[in-house]
Amino acid sequence: MDKPILSVEHLSMKFGGLVAIGDLSFQARRGEITALIGPNGAGKTTVFNCITGFYKPSEGMIKMNGRGGQEFLLERMPDFRITAHAKVARTFQNIRLFSGMTLLENLLVAQHNKLMHASGFTVLGLLGIGGYRKASAESIDLAKHWLEKIDLIHRADDPAGDLPYGAQRRLEIARAMCTDPELLCLDEPAAGLNPKESLHLNQLLNDIKENTGTSILLIEHDMSVVMKISDHVVVLEYGRKISDGSPDLVKHDPRVIAAYLGVDDEEVVDVLTAVGDEQVIEELDAEPDPEHGPSASSSMMAGPISDTIAHADEDEIVKVSPGASKALEYDEVQALSTRTAKPAAKPAAGKARAKPAGKPKGGRK
Amino acid sequence: MAEAVSASRAEKIESPFPNAIRQAIYAGLVSFGLFVLLIGLRTDQNIHNELILVQRWGLLAIVVGITMAGRFLFVAFAQPALARRKAEKSRTAHVEVEKGFVRRNFNSIAIALLFIYPVVMVLAFGFQGSLKWVDNFGIQILIYVMLAWGLNIVVGLAGLLDLGYVAFYAVGAYAYALLGTHFGWSFWILLPVAGIMSAFWGVILGFPVLRLRGDYLAIVTLAFGEIIRLVLINWRDVTNGSAGVSGIPKVSFFGLISFNVSDPNYIAKVLNIAQSGAYYKIFLYYLILLLALLTAFVTIRLRRMPLGRAWEALREDEIACRSLGINTTTTKLTAFATGAMFGGFAGSFFAARQGFVSPESFVFLESAMILAIVVLGGMGSLPGIAVAAVVMIGGTEMLREMEFLKYIFGPDFTPELYRMLLFGLAMVLVMLWKPRGFVGSREPTAFLHKRKAVSASFTKEGHG
Repeated sequence: MDKPILSVEHLSMKFGGLVAIGDLSFQARRGEITALIGPNGAGKTTVFNCITGFYKPSEGMIKMNGRGGQEFLLERMPDFRITAHAKVARTFQNIRLFSGMTLLENLLVAQHNKLMHASGFTVLGLLGIGGYRKASAESIDLAKHWLEKIDLIHRADDPAGDLPYGAQRRLEIARAMCTDPELLCLDEPAAGLNPKESLHLNQLLNDIKENTGTSILLIEHDMSVVMKISDHVVVLEYGRKISDGSPDLVKHDPRVIAAYLGVDDEEVVDVLTAVGDEQVIEELDAEPDPEHGPSASSSMMAGPISDTIAHADEDEIVKVSPGASKALEYDEVQALSTRTAKPAAKPAAGKARAKPAGKPKGGRK
Repeated sequence: MAEAVSASRAEKIESPFPNAIRQAIYAGLVSFGLFVLLIGLRTDQNIHNELILVQRWGLLAIVVGITMAGRFLFVAFAQPALARRKAEKSRTAHVEVEKGFVRRNFNSIAIALLFIYPVVMVLAFGFQGSLKWVDNFGIQILIYVMLAWGLNIVVGLAGLLDLGYVAFYAVGAYAYALLGTHFGWSFWILLPVAGIMSAFWGVILGFPVLRLRGDYLAIVTLAFGEIIRLVLINWRDVTNGSAGVSGIPKVSFFGLISFNVSDPNYIAKVLNIAQSGAYYKIFLYYLILLLALLTAFVTIRLRRMPLGRAWEALREDEIACRSLGINTTTTKLTAFATGAMFGGFAGSFFAARQGFVSPESFVFLESAMILAIVVLGGMGSLPGIAVAAVVMIGGTEMLREMEFLKYIFGPDFTPELYRMLLFGLAMVLVMLWKPRGFVGSREPTAFLHKRKAVSASFTKEGHG
């Protein structure tokens, strides 16, 4: 069981000229919770859509290792087959329940493929031959089991659209679990939850990890969830991986801090002028307006770049400004400061910024 | 305090009359202003071809009087009554109203009534008199019930807007007409053949168009319906063009009893009864009733199967369906094929009943009519759709019976001509009163504790 359950290798996704993901490689290990984090527009949901087949990646390989030892190349499979055969289930950032169907029906629809086989692709079931009746009872039992897990058994016969927001999130997770997945992909499961619901979510996810053997890949903004439950964190910024490791390691990675909180513009300018690096100065001058350019707005509140924009015009090249990536900027500052031999200021600044990393919402605006 | 409030409320209820009189006078003034030129005066020509003004003060007075009386009655009686009912309702809103016996057993009562309907008609009007009621009303309505139930699978359950459903009806009808006349095959063999042919065409249509959604799908299916009709008109060698196919053989009772007078096993000879054309109509009535019930039975069964649930899930959210490993293409195709198959059954029955088919019977208006029945009945609800079919088809047939209107509007008046007008008016009214159709709520297909209908506000119509 040393093989990772999912390995993403050199994944790239381009929408016209916009590079939403560039050469991303990471692995998710079996039986662990892997978190994918990053500022808005970092390409997290795009990665998810590539893994679950909703997008076809421009380049790269996504390999899923099944429990039985079989390998699936997800980038070559249509979306529904990924769930049906490779056993990857997902939830959505904006909840997608069957709102006009009851909770029970939602969970029964998730067991579609199993029941189709049992009913002889409907023909035998329609005639009342074969084991459909038994399979149907079993599927209801499984649905009941998950309804009890998510504390919604008393509302089993209500329409899903009638549930409060937090309960809808839990139901969507339960529905994904009813497809009997090996890898569960959760797109911001804690978005819009209050602290209490968020805590319940943590318990549910830990319970899934421990009791079902399902590995979890999750996108999350809520650091209290990410840091508490994940075993392994991958950080994205502008479609590139900037950090990868245990939550503690990632939390203190200055590149991550820079990505979330930014490096002060003054600091960059200061360092550059002190060094007099012509090339960097030229690059800086080449930008139309370094003060108010895109580099000034790469905080958490900046709008999404890649998630929803589809560039129909192939000729149009959208380039993310070279100064936009805060992590890269940090690297530059780092390189410059070592050259100017002023190391004393750096650790202090790093420490000062390490603290607010736990709650990135309070970042620079 | 409480007493004072109730006293003032009582006072309010006591005194609508002065207000009503005032409102009636206003309404009278407004209507007088409106109608004084429209109704009070009329331009006409006299014998010398001169324009003259005819004054109609009496008629104007009647119209104004009716308006005033109507306004008075509405303000004085209808409004307080409505307010009282509303207050009553809000007070007893939490009390679960026990449904009446008829509402609880609506389906079984309706089916029982349908089975005894021809018997009652024969007893009431005799064999000859019952023809109209069994054929024009009974069979005609049941054909539409079956077609609408078939379309309901595509539109109501799977949420795919199909404006060319009549194409499958035509395929079924021509399949029976051509194979029956050329090869002399029996209805009982050709019924499944027609169904399979229609389903096949449903799949043929489905493959290229199911990547389309919503309006685009509707337009392509509309075009498909027209293509089939134009092929029927222009492929003269096979379909005999606009002249149609005639002499389509009658249905027999599994070959045992025939309804052709010349046959040795004609029903009157076998059973030793008097000759009558009504036997065949009554037989056809029961045949289409059973076919319609088969459609309903299969639909109900399918809804409880994974396939039917997947159809409904597809209507709710296609992307979520794919994320759950459902092959949406084949699911849509099965919906199309199943719906088309029932259309084909109905088509072959139609051909057998008419004895003649021509492309005239399969125009777009038929598709629109069937779709209107499905929407009016409430998408997905079988009883609602059946009621809608009775109202729409029975209603338009009923207009033919309104001979008394000739006494009011003059002998030139033909109520059938106003069919579409009344039809449109009725649809607007019903949609205002019940926007999601007669039965908007949805019956869940499985339940743990208690079967509760899902309110229409949660269900979606689908995006095509």
